[in-house]
Amino acid sequence: MNQSLSLSRRLFLVRGAQATAGLTLGLALSGRVLAADGYSGATTKSVEQGLEANAFVSLTPDNRVIITMKHMEMGQGTYTGLSTIVAEELDAAWEQVEVVAAPADVERYKNTIVGMQITGGSTAIANSWTQMREAGAAVRQMLLAAASAEWKVPVAELTAKAGEVIHTPSGRRATFGALSAAAAAQPVPDKVTLKDPKDFTLVGKQMLQRKDVGKTDGSAIFTLDVYWPEMLTAVVAHPPTFGGKLKSVDATAARAMPGVEAVLEIPSGVAVLGKTFWQAEQARKALKIEWDAGNWADQSSEKLIAEYRALAQKPGAEARSEGDAAGILASSDKVLEAEYVVPFLAHAAMEPMNCVLQKTADGVELWYGCQAQTLDQKNVAAVFGLTPDKVKINTLYAGGSFGRRATFDGNYVTETAEIAKAYGKPVPIKLVWTREDDTRDGRYRPLYVHRVEAVLDDKGSISAWRQRVVGQSIMGLEPQVVDRTTVEGLRNIPYAIPHLRIESLNTSLPVAPHWWRSVGSTHNAFAIECFMDELAHKAGRDPVEMRLEMLKDHPRHSAVLQLAADKSGWGKPLPEGHFQGIAVHESFSSYVAQVAEIARQKNGKFKVVKVVCAVDCGIAVNPDVIRAQMEGGIGFGLSPLMYSAITIVDGRAVEGNFDGYRVIRMSDMPAVEVHIVPSAEPPTGVGEPGTPVIAPAVANALFAATGKRFRTLPIGADYFV
Amino acid sequence: MPVNFTLNGQPQTVDADPATPLLWVLRDHLQLTGTKYGCGIAQCGACTVHLNGQPVRSCSLPVSAVAGQQVATIEGVDSPAAKALQKAWEDLAVYQCGYCQSGQLMSAINLLEKKPQPTDADIDQYMSGNICRCATYTRIRAGIKHAASELAVEVKA
Repeated sequence: MNQSLSLSRRLFLVRGAQATAGLTLGLALSGRVLAADGYSGATTKSVEQGLEANAFVSLTPDNRVIITMKHMEMGQGTYTGLSTIVAEELDAAWEQVEVVAAPADVERYKNTIVGMQITGGSTAIANSWTQMREAGAAVRQMLLAAASAEWKVPVAELTAKAGEVIHTPSGRRATFGALSAAAAAQPVPDKVTLKDPKDFTLVGKQMLQRKDVGKTDGSAIFTLDVYWPEMLTAVVAHPPTFGGKLKSVDATAARAMPGVEAVLEIPSGVAVLGKTFWQAEQARKALKIEWDAGNWADQSSEKLIAEYRALAQKPGAEARSEGDAAGILASSDKVLEAEYVVPFLAHAAMEPMNCVLQKTADGVELWYGCQAQTLDQKNVAAVFGLTPDKVKINTLYAGGSFGRRATFDGNYVTETAEIAKAYGKPVPIKLVWTREDDTRDGRYRPLYVHRVEAVLDDKGSISAWRQRVVGQSIMGLEPQVVDRTTVEGLRNIPYAIPHLRIESLNTSLPVAPHWWRSVGSTHNAFAIECFMDELAHKAGRDPVEMRLEMLKDHPRHSAVLQLAADKSGWGKPLPEGHFQGIAVHESFSSYVAQVAEIARQKNGKFKVVKVVCAVDCGIAVNPDVIRAQMEGGIGFGLSPLMYSAITIVDGRAVEGNFDGYRVIRMSDMPAVEVHIVPSAEPPTGVGEPGTPVIAPAVANALFAATGKRFRTLPIGADYFV
Repeated sequence: MPVNFTLNGQPQTVDADPATPLLWVLRDHLQLTGTKYGCGIAQCGACTVHLNGQPVRSCSLPVSAVAGQQVATIEGVDSPAAKALQKAWEDLAVYQCGYCQSGQLMSAINLLEKKPQPTDADIDQYMSGNICRCATYTRIRAGIKHAASELAVEVKA
């Protein structure tokens, strides 16, 4: 059996589906609708000057509804979510809906919040909600118009349901497929009528089968699964220290090894091209390389923390200031103070970074789990001296990302392009990073130190709060410029505090900083919510009661907090050896509260046994996907609480694989109970907001159990089973 | 030197360096891509296959070690336990990114074939060698229990 043939067939089928579409619809951002012929992007109807058309929906004569996904699927359930919205307004049957990844085309497929084609920031549903509704509603309207013309009946007597147009008085009906050609000939509606949410049959209603299929029988195609004839596998030796570079390489032995096609110096290191991964990897080990360690070779996490601690004693850039926090703190003799330290974190997606690229007659074509099409097009184009439109991207499933795959400079994608350029021959090249390559590349959630000071008044209320955060700027800003990603979740601290001051100070290091599922909130929620718990206990108040009093102007925070408290039996007696902790945090405009319950084990250590999670993300498009993202977000946040850290010693990352970079496993995972707040607000994202809340919730539970405050992460295996 | 073994019930001959891990033989030589690379050091379980019915980490098993043996991958499983688990994985929307799930299923199949009614402790023991960074663990647990109960009904009927 030739699997590469079956892959090409599969890819062809996806393309073929587009090519044979009876009707493809483009949607203008203004709400005007255009019919288009699909994949090539050429419109069959006149496109008004200046309108940006985005093609989303195709109907085939054999009754399939094919929806083009402008966002990539990395497990977060976007394919299911976007399909639900379109199918709802289209009145398609869920079973007839298929999905196809959008090509790289920023005009049609941009993320309307970010302004380029990119998946991230928990924006997929939020930026697509109205767009996808209108796309579905427009096609529905054209189908009704087509049936009206064919059957010579008024449109008002027609309805659509589960993939059929029905003429109620006569009982006549036809499938979308049967009407697709006639619908394509219909004029494009000037405006569309959207459903009243009370009439929704898919949104918020049902457990729908996921649309990212092929994930239970090994048939789903990830980047690593792409095999083209003549393809070579590339591995790259990178400098072991951050800031290091190549001094010299002796590849004599490597070049003589079986299957080795080339050894190439590229800007990021030394690439070995082999017929198979194993051959390339063995040859990489045989390279004799002298590295220039750079000027960071004596750096360590320990030294960085000491430096950051010192920096946190001095003023940083003002991110928010109300009242006179400095004055209150200076005049009080009862200042409470805490320092929170969080380490570098790798994303450690299950599928290490990889990419397949082939030079073509007039450009390049790529196949991989692309998260930032617009940026990657630009970066790859720059390597070859092309214009970005000559870079064709086929977006495949990504084996996790958590922010990792969307980079400003293209990173591993650019590296693949550099290898192809250096090699010169137009054969497909698959770059494969090993787990160690992936873990030691950098692109970490930066190390941060927080210094928080507060004063409680006589009534046990917080009168002043000053917080400084020191660490790298993900956006690469100067030291005294506020980076919103550093202070997200902190600058907008929701608690009513009369004297409040938030400051940040950016550092700059040769290890690349990166966004990591929930970004600034990963450390800000931990510091804020642990310190809130600490202050509540100092004031002799219940942590829920105190928060609620300070959240009077924030009803959505209050509601999730109250719901989590109610559903978890907060304050009620627990079994012997069980303890609870609570936290609440908003990120990406979604509100999450969690109560973590831990249980002391026979060996004296603890197990997180249960998490009750309340979430308000506006209209719940797919309740089950929301539940899944809360469960997964909690699990993802438990790893850095319990075990995970990248430690820098001698300028390099100590941890390279899952033996050192420890993450949670089945036995560490608590039961999770998710409660979704009913809402009529526009939907917001759920990919990230579940993550930042769990660390403070568990740390607060550990305080309840031990009387100790845990202010440095990870807490470690000493405390967990 | 050619290595002969049985793969998913069919005789297979592979001409590869005998030290090549089974994982890379399955992938690069046979283009059987359901079995995934995740760590290369038998830590994550993404590469789990069955060797004579036992789950093994194919990333750390030289192909020479499977000469004359029976190897099964996710593409070849079709036992009642396998089918029940795959169905449960779909019905309960267990997976997210899906990359680790071939390995998760291969471990879970072995669990149900050994212990048709596993306890939580059994699930912890059999499944803790398989990492899922999407942390679908709660649903993997639920999926195993769901499949176990479906199988029990089938047995009674």
